[in-house]
Amino acid sequence: MTELQDLAHKLLDEGTVQVVIGWEDSRRGARPVTITDAEDASRLIFDSRCVHNLATYLNPRRSQVRALGKPAVVVKGCDTKAVAALLRESQFERDEVVLIGVRCGGVVKDPTSDGVLTEETTAPRCVACDVREPRLADYIVGEAQPEPPQNTSLDDMVAKLDAMTPDERLEFWTAQMEKCTRCYACRQACAICTCDRCVVDKTVPQWIERAPHARGNFSWHLIRALHHAGRCVECGECERACPAGIPLMLLNRKVQQIVAESFDFTATDDLDAVQPIGDFLADDHEDFIV
Amino acid sequence: MGREMSEPTTDFEPRITAFVCNWCTYTGADLAGTSRMHMASNVRIIRLPCTGRIDALFVIKALEHGADGIIVSGCHPADCHYTAGNYHARRRFIVFRELMNFMGINPDRITFSWVSAGEGGKWRDVVNETVTRVRALGPFDAYHELAERPSPGSAVEIGVPIPEVPEPSRSTASEDASSPSAAGEDASPAPTSAGGES
Repeated sequence: MTELQDLAHKLLDEGTVQVVIGWEDSRRGARPVTITDAEDASRLIFDSRCVHNLATYLNPRRSQVRALGKPAVVVKGCDTKAVAALLRESQFERDEVVLIGVRCGGVVKDPTSDGVLTEETTAPRCVACDVREPRLADYIVGEAQPEPPQNTSLDDMVAKLDAMTPDERLEFWTAQMEKCTRCYACRQACAICTCDRCVVDKTVPQWIERAPHARGNFSWHLIRALHHAGRCVECGECERACPAGIPLMLLNRKVQQIVAESFDFTATDDLDAVQPIGDFLADDHEDFIV
Repeated sequence: MGREMSEPTTDFEPRITAFVCNWCTYTGADLAGTSRMHMASNVRIIRLPCTGRIDALFVIKALEHGADGIIVSGCHPADCHYTAGNYHARRRFIVFRELMNFMGINPDRITFSWVSAGEGGKWRDVVNETVTRVRALGPFDAYHELAERPSPGSAVEIGVPIPEVPEPSRSTASEDASSPSAAGEDASPAPTSAGGES
């Protein structure tokens, strides 16, 4: 039994929590699992294939997970940022959940791969990670891990797009948006999409066209990125969930760049940080306003 | 710019949608009108309670419907009727403007301004400058026409032959429908045709 399995067993056995949400091994790599029986705690694993942001199961939108009882969630450092974002938005109380932090040495892009970290396989979010030891967690398990190989940062890709003309960018994004089938996997995978009723599902009046043509898709992804300004933790789950392969993280990265430059805010696990949208300063820059 | 009306340089007349707050810019635009200031007539004003109410969805909707340019305007900072609505709006528009630019929509098509209830002249200048700028940029059909691009996997895209459905001829259909009813009812002629002929 590993430290993680022992701890999960103890928490379930004592009745501190009713369910542990973690990862297990399956035929197709690592996958999320809910453990409700202490004897099953031995199924839990953590390695570089544990890509999924399990904070998404704390989202109050997922009432079926709530119904299992008080949860303990295994979180990487990056996942604690999503937990902090939910806590800052009062989606649940800190004592309603037990956080089991794992010391992380980076994860791969694809949980079904063999988990070897190289410059090509390392997930973009692991570049310059500042939370490899989760601070927000109640327990921290595992040994300190070496730093993952650094791959091309998303910033370089965003800079490439920034260097294009507006017409070239419109062409690029239109080509991407044409692929979207509006399955809303991006929304379902997202940890911070907490709305009971998404704006895209509102039909009276209908703000965003629901037909999956490029115009409706364009509006949807534009609004989606905008609603995540200052909230997105850049876990990359939307892009990984996308069956059409739309580079959603470029949009998310750009929005967080704007927020960082304009409002000096980056995604953090600090519970006292103030979310930039919903707050303001009297001297916010307004060089574009006449 | 000053006092002259913006002169048309091409045949293209842009359609501009303006989202303005009730308390400052709408009243300012009203002042411009009652002061009989000359300004371009391309702007359709939509009045909202506050700039804080102006959602990015409104701007997107206007572009979807074929607007060539947008004006968003409200009270100056510290003058908001609701104390802080314009501050919140400013933060949102900082993000929105740059994100639109990143997705390929030229930010020159959108004017953000603060126009107070007393600034009729400033409203005239904002309108004229925006119309001149958008006229120079040309029509913005790109967003509106996104809907007409075939999606990958659609029948058109993968070369599936689509049977041609002949369009029903509208003129004959309406004649067929109208003539028996006109004949079948009483002898008095239909009021429209009588009015048209006399």
